[in-house]
Amino acid sequence: MTATDPIQSDISIHVDRLTFDGTMLFDGLNFALPAGKWTCLMGVSGVGKSTLLRLVAGLMPEETAMTIKAPESGLEGQIAYMAQDDLLLPWLTVYENVVLGARLRGDEFSPGRVLHLLEQLDLLRSAYDLPATLSGGMRQRAALARTLMEDRPVVLMDEPFSALDTITRVRLQDLAAEMLRDRTVLLVTHDPLEAFRLADRIHVMSGRPAVLFEPIEPAGESPRDMRDPDLLAGQAELLERLTRSKAVA
Amino acid sequence: MRLIRPLIITVGLILAWQAVVSLTEVPFFILPSPMLVAMAMIEHADTLLEDGLVTLGEILGGLFLGIILGTSSALVMGLFRPARQWLMPVMVVSQAIPVFALAPILVLWIGYGIGSKIAMATLIIYFPVTAALFDGLRRTNPGYLDLARTMNASRWAVLRRIRIPAAMPSFASGVRVATAAAPIGAIVGEWVGASHGLGALMLHSSGRTQIDVMFAALLVLAVMAVLLYFSVDRLLRRLLAWSPDSLPSND
Repeated sequence: MTATDPIQSDISIHVDRLTFDGTMLFDGLNFALPAGKWTCLMGVSGVGKSTLLRLVAGLMPEETAMTIKAPESGLEGQIAYMAQDDLLLPWLTVYENVVLGARLRGDEFSPGRVLHLLEQLDLLRSAYDLPATLSGGMRQRAALARTLMEDRPVVLMDEPFSALDTITRVRLQDLAAEMLRDRTVLLVTHDPLEAFRLADRIHVMSGRPAVLFEPIEPAGESPRDMRDPDLLAGQAELLERLTRSKAVA
Repeated sequence: MRLIRPLIITVGLILAWQAVVSLTEVPFFILPSPMLVAMAMIEHADTLLEDGLVTLGEILGGLFLGIILGTSSALVMGLFRPARQWLMPVMVVSQAIPVFALAPILVLWIGYGIGSKIAMATLIIYFPVTAALFDGLRRTNPGYLDLARTMNASRWAVLRRIRIPAAMPSFASGVRVATAAAPIGAIVGEWVGASHGLGALMLHSSGRTQIDVMFAALLVLAVMAVLLYFSVDRLLRRLLAWSPDSLPSND
């Protein structure tokens, strides 16, 4: 049984020390994800945003010195993952890709739910097509459908929309914001506008070893209106923080 | 439409063949003319058919056995690290030995019948098939594996639903190579010692200076091998319709 009521507990992580390729990425980093909110991670390329996300996702080798301080039961089975690559299996139809998780685990699932999700994401007509026939935006929508199908309380997204054109990206941001509203989301992104439109809390990560600056907390509900002057001001401030942060490459 | 090009090529080759014979006046026991070979084919049609079926059986038997053994080996190596560590060096060494050198040994051990030829064909294709599938299994897109990990998939589920399907294009390449190589194994086996089959027929008719029959057998073999390859290729392309060619033309 998947949780239909999300974990409403904050997530707190401590990374002891993480070396990658001879450089020390993290040295005693504390990181928190408030429950039911969108947290955004930004920073220059190579600072360790994706690495931190992968740590939370449990995708790094076990030897990594990371402890999950909260929730006590850990994050096993609580995570849904979305990457920049839609990761749709090319030999499966959109429908089959959406139910991939259930198939891998041997779980039952409700076909009605799948079709409903596809309808909400405007993919019903392509349900039995192969991913190769879909546009980039449609493919990421399918990936979003797969993520929603997993119905996990925590959603980790690693630059999920950066490969899309601007218009498609904005549409997908709106969709994601709406459909993942009450989940605990960690979003890694390059795009300050995206961060400001979607996040409840924005961290800029900087330096080697990486540290997190004090978070910016945009006001109002996401997805925020692009014409909002507060949003434009916030985006400018964010951009300034990013340019001030030290280059690491 | 699509058949026209191969037809033109074939007719062209035959004309070129005839031209060489006419212009160089080469004796018939070196290179018979197309006409002579055609007549031999008609005259010895039943022998050609009988031997053709024998050779075809050897090729298909070798393909079947070689693919099954190769697939099993690759899967075992993909699943169990000790298997990888012990089997890989053995396989590499086995490829270093020219397989043809083993033909007389196989005939000695297995006999004059089709068994030794099937064994030859199997041996020739075992390594390419295993290597192709194993390589495909090894090179699964790490993104897929990450996704599966976050979905709490078991190792078996990942193998069955992700690694194996993802490895199919690579495997298909191995099968194509095998389809081209299997006839070689069968024929070499027949040359070393056999009483039936197209290779045996070629050898025996050469001994009797029936060069026209020899060429007829060679032609039947060539046509058989080409048809087999194209059938297998068509089949593989249909099964792997999801993995399209990135090259523009589709022939």
